[in-house]
Amino acid sequence: MSRISLRSSACLLASFAILSVPAWAEPLTVSNWDGYMAADAIDNFNAETGNEAELVLHATNEEIMGKLIASKGVGYDVVFVSSPFAEVLHNLGLAEDLDHSKIPNIGNLFKEASELPHDPGNTFSLPYAWGTTGLCYRSDLVDAPTSWNDLLKPSEDVSGKTTMLATDRWLLAAGQLALGYSVNETDAAKMGEVRDLLIDAKKTLLAYDDTTFYAKLVSGEAELVHAWDGWCNYGIGENADIKYIIPQEGSDLWVDTMVILKASEHKDAAYAFVNYILDAENHRWAAENILYKVPNEAAMAGIDASLVETFPNMGMAPADMLKFEQLRDVGAAQRDYSRIVSEIKASN
Amino acid sequence: MSTDRRPLLLMSPALLWLFGLMVVPCLLILVLAFFRRGIYGGIEYTWTFENIALVFDPLYFQIFMKSAGIAGLSAAIACVLGYAAAYAIAAMPRRNQPLLLFFAVLPFWSNYLVRTYAWIVLLNREGLIVNFARWLGFEGELPSMLYTEQAVVIGLVYNYLPFVILSCYAPLSRLNSEVTEASLDLGASRWTTFRRIVLPMTVPGLATGFVFVFVLSIGNFVTPALLGGGQFQMIGNLVYAQFLTANDWPFGAALSMVLILVMLGLLMVQAVVAERASGARSENG
Repeated sequence: MSRISLRSSACLLASFAILSVPAWAEPLTVSNWDGYMAADAIDNFNAETGNEAELVLHATNEEIMGKLIASKGVGYDVVFVSSPFAEVLHNLGLAEDLDHSKIPNIGNLFKEASELPHDPGNTFSLPYAWGTTGLCYRSDLVDAPTSWNDLLKPSEDVSGKTTMLATDRWLLAAGQLALGYSVNETDAAKMGEVRDLLIDAKKTLLAYDDTTFYAKLVSGEAELVHAWDGWCNYGIGENADIKYIIPQEGSDLWVDTMVILKASEHKDAAYAFVNYILDAENHRWAAENILYKVPNEAAMAGIDASLVETFPNMGMAPADMLKFEQLRDVGAAQRDYSRIVSEIKASN
Repeated sequence: MSTDRRPLLLMSPALLWLFGLMVVPCLLILVLAFFRRGIYGGIEYTWTFENIALVFDPLYFQIFMKSAGIAGLSAAIACVLGYAAAYAIAAMPRRNQPLLLFFAVLPFWSNYLVRTYAWIVLLNREGLIVNFARWLGFEGELPSMLYTEQAVVIGLVYNYLPFVILSCYAPLSRLNSEVTEASLDLGASRWTTFRRIVLPMTVPGLATGFVFVFVLSIGNFVTPALLGGGQFQMIGNLVYAQFLTANDWPFGAALSMVLILVMLGLLMVQAVVAERASGARSENG
């Protein structure tokens, strides 16, 4: 293998940068998932602080990561990404080392929020929302599941009425947890078992579904689905017979975070923005409207008590969530993960 | 300005557009296919043939073949249905034909996603078809129609059928009726006339329609994702996954390149068929 010249790689890089950066030097660019913060958050932030922030949207972690890696983080100031991706940004040297003195509202966070294994002490990422992945089901149609095997090896009357998450890491995590392995397992033999289990499970599935599984529960098309707790809440909101449970083998702990880019040309405004989000009132919006737990003690203390009554998983204590393992960046093993997922999805 | 430069001048905006937004990106993809994926999903600028080799790995090659199978089946069904429809339209009184063609292309005026979602509404377990069957008195559990390979084929055929109708209608409507009448007068049966006269003269349209549907289907990733419930990975889904979830752009690029080559090959075959047919026509004429 020969290395091509520095100049031609620089040219290539430049052409990729041109193709992938959506806008040049916009004033404070924040990238987030659609609807993941209040629609007026940016306007209110601008009005309150006199900044000129602009919101851009990404549909998936991978989409924004592709852009950030290609542009070396230029063109963005604050991005919302899940923790394994925040870790990658840190490992690539694209994430700002956070100066806590510029984020006074960091004091609102639960103490557990600074103990997350992917970033103890919040050195490069600030948790925005967290939760678990488990089973969401119609309690009027199926017996309460207790184990991941109730999903992966469903009884005859539930077979064909289950869905699983399609995103690589969570799809694999269901199998890893069922077999008692780490959700970051990379041992080839163990991952082979996970693959075989998930190939058998596929035969009993209605579909893989990341976005409409709760609607399938509501319509009765599905009866038991693999779900993020926050999304199960959308189903519960429409039908009180829908319930969420964490299987006995456990869950992963997912954390969505805010990361300031090292390449940001508006660092002060970026700090002001994340600080604004961590304000108790502003952060409470996410809990009450997206129905995700937020790691903000002051915000969670303020949420409507009836919310926890309707959506019991909203009341889960941070200490209980931290018992679960976080999905971590698996580095080079990601290619093996992708391959296994392809093998599962290509199986008959 | 000399006159001979004018065509070039007129063409240049389109050429620039094609060059900048089609040729250059394709070349970038081509180059990418020969680099390595960085450990964190970036691109490592080291030459390698690994990605191309990986395309022919049994796992991925099988997905390729499966996609080709689904695309081929969809194209074949679309050709049968589309040719019949085009034949019927061409046989109608001339003044009615524009209206019928208008109906044939009407679905194109609505969004592809909306049209595909409509099939979800129709086919799902609690959907219109099942409820209609229940209303008719059918009892018991119906087999799931949605999230199957058949649902994917239905979606592809439905979405691309108008291409076949249009591509077959053109030669069918130009067919000189004296030729078929002559054949019938000389004692050939209707079937023989169709097989020996009509079909050979309209086969370029059929070939164009087949290639259109095949090429559009083999790279499609929306229909398998929605109607296949993500359980049928076609090559389009695999490419999508490499770029957007696995962050393995070099492998995604390699898959794309092979896919583009397959498509180009087919388009060339189609061009040859069309060429031969027109050659045959001029010889006979």
